[in-house]
Amino acid sequence: MRKVIMGNHAVSYGVRACDVKVLSAYPITPQTQVVELLSEMCASGEIDAKFIKVESEHSAMTACVGASAAGVRAFTATSAQGLLLMHEVLHWAVGARLPIVLANINRAVGPPWSIWTDQNDSLSQRDVGWLQIYCESNQETQDTIVQAFKIAETVKLPVMLVLDAFFLSHTFEIVDILEAKDVRKFLPPYVAETKIDVDDPHSFGNLGSPSEYFELRYMIQKAMEEARDVVKDVDIEFKEHFGRGYGVVHPYRCDGADVILVTSGTVASTTRAVIDEMRDEGIKIGSLKIRLFRPFPVEEVYEVLSKAKKVAVIDRNISFGHHGIFFQEIKSALYGRTDVPIFGYITGLGGRDVTPKVIREIADRAVSDEKQERDINWIGVKV
Amino acid sequence: MRPAKIPTEELMTSGHLACQGCGATQAMRFALKAMGPKTALVIPACCWSVIDGPFPHTSLKVPICHTLFEAAASTASGLKAGLEMRGDTETVVMAWAGDGGTFDIGIQALSGAAERNEDIMYCCYDNEAYMNTGIQRSSATPVGAWTTTTPVAHYKKRPKKKIIDIMAAHSIPYIATASVAYPQDLIEKFRRAREIKGTRFMHVLAPCPTGWKLAPELSVAMARLAVTSRVFPLIEVTDNGSTWKVWKDFEQTPVADYMKPQGRFRHLTDKEIDSIEEEVDRNWQIMLSRERLSADLPGLER
Repeated sequence: MRKVIMGNHAVSYGVRACDVKVLSAYPITPQTQVVELLSEMCASGEIDAKFIKVESEHSAMTACVGASAAGVRAFTATSAQGLLLMHEVLHWAVGARLPIVLANINRAVGPPWSIWTDQNDSLSQRDVGWLQIYCESNQETQDTIVQAFKIAETVKLPVMLVLDAFFLSHTFEIVDILEAKDVRKFLPPYVAETKIDVDDPHSFGNLGSPSEYFELRYMIQKAMEEARDVVKDVDIEFKEHFGRGYGVVHPYRCDGADVILVTSGTVASTTRAVIDEMRDEGIKIGSLKIRLFRPFPVEEVYEVLSKAKKVAVIDRNISFGHHGIFFQEIKSALYGRTDVPIFGYITGLGGRDVTPKVIREIADRAVSDEKQERDINWIGVKV
Repeated sequence: MRPAKIPTEELMTSGHLACQGCGATQAMRFALKAMGPKTALVIPACCWSVIDGPFPHTSLKVPICHTLFEAAASTASGLKAGLEMRGDTETVVMAWAGDGGTFDIGIQALSGAAERNEDIMYCCYDNEAYMNTGIQRSSATPVGAWTTTTPVAHYKKRPKKKIIDIMAAHSIPYIATASVAYPQDLIEKFRRAREIKGTRFMHVLAPCPTGWKLAPELSVAMARLAVTSRVFPLIEVTDNGSTWKVWKDFEQTPVADYMKPQGRFRHLTDKEIDSIEEEVDRNWQIMLSRERLSADLPGLER
């Protein structure tokens, strides 16, 4: 069934298809429609799940931890301050190896209060050990929820999918809605290997001495490395079932491109329009969308970018005192393997529109031989 | 108090990591005797995170989901929901938290769970300070007490937070206080709570010889004196917070008898102890008046 739905509802429909047993969430703009529709779906019996309407995001994530520890699928959605309040629990979910799925609607962090998009909320959770997948369309959002549970349960790590506030969360697009009966063939009911069970009692999460902790962290990293392949395999398998796949990166017109713009989220689609326009003008330019951020798809990125003469990374985020975060990641992925120059561009913070004009400005600067800052170029900042 | 049959089955084993005379271990041992093996515990950061024992050991024969300091009630909510959705409707989920995790950092999640009337038990074993981190004051620390963050020159001036009043204000089906000095009463109350649906809140005073500066062998005696001095009344609040029942069938003892053996109160003058006794008496009278008031309330089936 095809429906015109908003990005947030694409999240809800994805969850509906996944046999999720426990939902727990706290409302925050711009995430609210995700949980409103899920509440209705639970109330109508469309989803057979318990929805715990908690008093904070910290409790939302700890309720998911409890539910996941019981051995069932658990889901939550949040944004910005909510994600930051969950931070402590995000770590816990990783250490406990719980396959929770979370949808984060990228929203700028206050002060000043902002409800508009940028990526600093999710990117500041870079090192907690969650997989992060950045979505670009409503179809991709719904489909990625389904993929996320399969990935999470395979590598025993939680997965965060990320979508831009308003530009995606509140944008209506046609989505081919997934039905649970079809998804079940791709994502069978979850059987947890370990769980809280009175017939097989264990103590989970108790004191780990230095003689165990180190190894447990090593195992998380190994799971993350394994996840690089699992994300790809799950995407291929999803495509076999449903005819749609997304890859871990998405190169666009990169063949023979001298300059490649690196993007993520909804900026990727705007960028492709600009690429088309510039290609029509005979400029050899392409773009690379990063879909999988953690684990970082180093090989796929290298494969595409090493063939370019210049790389321009567009960041809707900033690591204060250093650079754009995607810029850092790209630089570290290519380090020592190629000497292609990489330029960093910061734009669109706090929901400032990243229009084709903005992208064109970045592209023109990247293409031109004019001298510019290598690491950080601010686009559109009025100072 | 009627004598209760205390099961011989032990769900807590030797080899745990508690200090000598620890009230929190006595509380756990008795509580689990009442609860039985179909119990899953949720333990936030507290002494019991350590007492349980380091990986791969555990001193309990029931499953434990350790969790974050402020998250006992929310984790328990999720665990209960998850177990039910897995088809296990029998297991009782019990959050087991210290006073810091209940009165202070955990009160938000606890209040949320209680307001939703989650089908969980929540037990606060109260040793009246952050004992696991080395005796820092909590909002459960009684007035007059020394702790490492309320040194003698600035001993705690504010009274202990009235957690039972707070929980009663949530209209939950069952609230009780219990003492390790009265194991039969404790076991009866946990058994009663076990059979009720909704949020059940248990408050157990757990003397801490280390933090109270008390000889370990006096731990149980001190728990008893807390009750007979009326510092820690044994009560039950039922009918969604409206019916109060106070245990009065004991010979009253002076508050000084409770406070003087404890090093944490050593700096207090007799006059100061007298004024604490006045406060204890006022609180006791308030509790009795609530009991009388609820007995007169029409329309409730008891």
